[in-house]
Amino acid sequence: MRKDKKRPLGRGTQVVISSVIGVAIVGALAAVSYGRDIPVLNPHGTIADQQYLLIVITVALGFFVVIPVFILLFVIAWKYRAGNTKAKYEPELEGNRKLEALWWGIPCLIILILAGITYISTHALDPYKPIESDVTPVRVQVVSLEWKWLFIYPDYNVATLNFMNIPKETPINLTLTSDAPMNSFWVPALAGQVYTMTGMRTQLHIMANTVGVFHGSSANISGEGFADMTFTVHAMDETDFVQWARTAVHSPAMLTSESYAELAKPSKNVPDTTYMLMTPTLFDDIMMKYMAPSSPSSSDADTKKTDTMEHMHMDGMN
Amino acid sequence: MTSDLQSFLFGRLTWADFVHDPVMAASGGIMVVGLLGIIIGLTYFKKWKWLWKNWLTALDPKKIGIMYLIVSGIMLLRGFMDAVMVRFQQATNDSLGVLSSDHFQQIFSAHGSIMIFFVAMGVIAGLFNLIVPQQIGSRDVAFPFLNSVSFWLFVAGMIIINAPLVVGEFSNAGWLAYPPLSGLEYNPGTGVDYWIWSLQVAGIGSLLTGINFFVTILTMRAPGMNMMKMPIFVWSVLGSTALIMVVFPILTATLAMLSLDRLIDTNFFTTGGGGNPMLYINLIWAWGHPEVYILVLPAFGVFSEVVATFSKKRLFGYASMVWALMAITVLSFTVWLHHFFTMGAGADVNTFFGIMTMIIAIPTGVKVFNWIFTMYKGRVTFATPMLWFMGFVVTFTIGGLTGVMMSVPAADFQFHNSLFLVAHFHNMIIGGVLFGVFSAFSYWFPKFTGFRLNERLGRYAFWCWLIGFIVAFVPLYILGFMGAVRRLDHYDPSMGWQGLFIVAGIGVMLIGVGVVFQIVQVIVSIKQRHQNRVGNDPWDGRTLEWLTASPPAEYNFATIPTVSTRDAFWEMKKTHTLPKDTDVEAIWLPKNSANGVVIGIASLAFGLGVVWHIWWVVVISLIIAIIAIIVKLTDDHPDRQLSAKTVARMAHEYTLKENHG
Repeated sequence: MRKDKKRPLGRGTQVVISSVIGVAIVGALAAVSYGRDIPVLNPHGTIADQQYLLIVITVALGFFVVIPVFILLFVIAWKYRAGNTKAKYEPELEGNRKLEALWWGIPCLIILILAGITYISTHALDPYKPIESDVTPVRVQVVSLEWKWLFIYPDYNVATLNFMNIPKETPINLTLTSDAPMNSFWVPALAGQVYTMTGMRTQLHIMANTVGVFHGSSANISGEGFADMTFTVHAMDETDFVQWARTAVHSPAMLTSESYAELAKPSKNVPDTTYMLMTPTLFDDIMMKYMAPSSPSSSDADTKKTDTMEHMHMDGMN
Repeated sequence: MTSDLQSFLFGRLTWADFVHDPVMAASGGIMVVGLLGIIIGLTYFKKWKWLWKNWLTALDPKKIGIMYLIVSGIMLLRGFMDAVMVRFQQATNDSLGVLSSDHFQQIFSAHGSIMIFFVAMGVIAGLFNLIVPQQIGSRDVAFPFLNSVSFWLFVAGMIIINAPLVVGEFSNAGWLAYPPLSGLEYNPGTGVDYWIWSLQVAGIGSLLTGINFFVTILTMRAPGMNMMKMPIFVWSVLGSTALIMVVFPILTATLAMLSLDRLIDTNFFTTGGGGNPMLYINLIWAWGHPEVYILVLPAFGVFSEVVATFSKKRLFGYASMVWALMAITVLSFTVWLHHFFTMGAGADVNTFFGIMTMIIAIPTGVKVFNWIFTMYKGRVTFATPMLWFMGFVVTFTIGGLTGVMMSVPAADFQFHNSLFLVAHFHNMIIGGVLFGVFSAFSYWFPKFTGFRLNERLGRYAFWCWLIGFIVAFVPLYILGFMGAVRRLDHYDPSMGWQGLFIVAGIGVMLIGVGVVFQIVQVIVSIKQRHQNRVGNDPWDGRTLEWLTASPPAEYNFATIPTVSTRDAFWEMKKTHTLPKDTDVEAIWLPKNSANGVVIGIASLAFGLGVVWHIWWVVVISLIIAIIAIIVKLTDDHPDRQLSAKTVARMAHEYTLKENHG
């Protein structure tokens, strides 16, 4: 049998030490987070608002299990500590059907509720689902590159690099793809993420509630320049947006298939740029690069392979 | 002509591959010096023969288990150093410019891969080896030689993943290396190949371990121990090994396809050639999610044993616990898509996988309540293993809550790939798996050494780990809410994240102090071993492993015990029916075998050969491995006998020692 050694510290000292540590941790965390922007918890978009609500509901439901666990853990551990010989001791106690039914049952019930919430919210907040609004949506096509974000406004013949201007209180229909390693498009203040993938078209719908500048980032590792691959979203009044689009279409920088090919090459920290869009089908062209085996691709090895494949097609036709 | 010869002999290896930046060169240097030190030490003390005969060629699962723990322990230090560098880089926001982006990405890729494959997998394999035969009243595992092969494949994989510190570079594509980033187009170097072949070799070892222990549990239990009388740890291993057998082949096939894409231009995962990277992401998580449960189920098993022993009471709701374990085992196959809700699968698919994920929380919650109620009406002593249990319940419950938060797809869109996610899975892997392993280490240490670990240093280590863990990971949850994504080597200072990163860095330093306490604890305990000698049952245990001597004889049980109830040893003590080793018989044990070592070395050469495209090495090492297998399989005398007389003498000596100890 093991002898219980005397505790090195008295109980009072222990309480003091643990309180000091607790206060120090909470204080430090509060000091370094105070006044910071917390977009997930303080969103400015219709979708992010609802996602925030969803998070709050989930946490609240979770507390129905977490709080009893913490209370029971410490109360039972304290009450039945070896030193407390007054407590009952039943070494052969094997279980208790009623109690076990209770903790199979209650979590089942909570998960049932949460499952209902999940079904409803997943359909309501499906990123592919357009946002209901009387305002005509603005279409933006998004392409992730090495290591830049390209935003194409097909209805305005404008394209922008590393920033996106949008009118507030207007649904923005985003169509996304990639011409680089897979990425993830995330503007936490406005809505959750969606992946961008080569040859794949994903969708996301967002709507800003207010005028503001929001931070956007790549959430998926995409190579060396990944950390710098951020962008900003400027939500502005409708009139300001229209005004901007009118000016932007006369930008000196032009985006053609050729200048796009140049832009698509790996580069870091490229400054924000506005382009006049010369190739309206650019987004589809980028998608099509990956759709057929006989398409041109950036790497040399692939080009060689493509050449032979094209020859094969021609041979077949002859 | 000479260049042809050079590329035949050395593949794509050149002198330039040995040149590294100072940080990496220093790490590699430390590794090489450490190895040299060990080699010189072994030579100086003339220990090579001892090491070879007693350890390297041993088929005794206890020795293999200890070797697993030693290798994993060293890898824990390596993985922890990687973590320190990641934290340092983010806390300083690259202001010192120590690490380049590429190097930083290699470090976190190595951190994740090493921690999962060479720490977590290694320690659970070690636990399987040490505990399972003891708990089921067996002298050995079902396939002792296969066990040695598993271990040496694990070591070979471990060497391959550490080789880039000396030659070449490591993968910069994250611990799961999604294509196209891990494809030839964006990653033509050796990094991803190192990653693939390290995991491939170690993964096959894990698969063999899974088969071995699954069969061991099914076929080698002591008479009378039917399934519902097995210790709960054994149940957890059964679940874990069942998962290994089903999912590790998926990993092997996925890595093979990725490797073929890189070696011979197949197009499994390239968009351009008709392949699809989404296929890879599905496959890797079809392995990856069950992998989490492969690791955490044995930890659940450990805590079930620990909480019952230290409450001096039966486990509360044994049948519930078994059902919960099995439910988790099955359900873990049905949730993999929650790792990529953001891929655009559609609301119905996301809803299904979200709800399946939440359902896993039910049996897990049941287990937590049963553990807590095991203490109810017990006599609870808070020795170190029990402290880890208490810490585990707290951290694991928080991790469970954040897990449920992310299981709701629409909410996950705001957490995915952010530091919130990183904090969550560290909550599960550190708070769950690692705390479980530490608890197991302090609980079973006396069984395999004959002396107890220093209790006070153990407590210090625990508190440093627990507080350090909170300080290191709570800031990451907050950073996730702030929109900070994972894997950033620097960020815009105006985001206001640096303070939190600094706090997280302090947390890692506290964990580091905990690690130092653990190392000191082991050293001090070994030094003071004579004062801390214990008998075979230091904790008043319940299960059969406490029946064997500490450390156990190589045959574990001179007389195989007969089991009539759960907690068989507790029952024997209570009813004074402990088996007497009076009428022992001859015991057959496997002979040592060098073939496992040979196969390990051949696999190492094979892996390195493929990485560097040195094809003659690949062919020769493959032939050597096949020959080694054939030689072993055609050996007509793989066993040796301990005569009844020898066993009787050994058993007598152990009894004497027990009475004096």
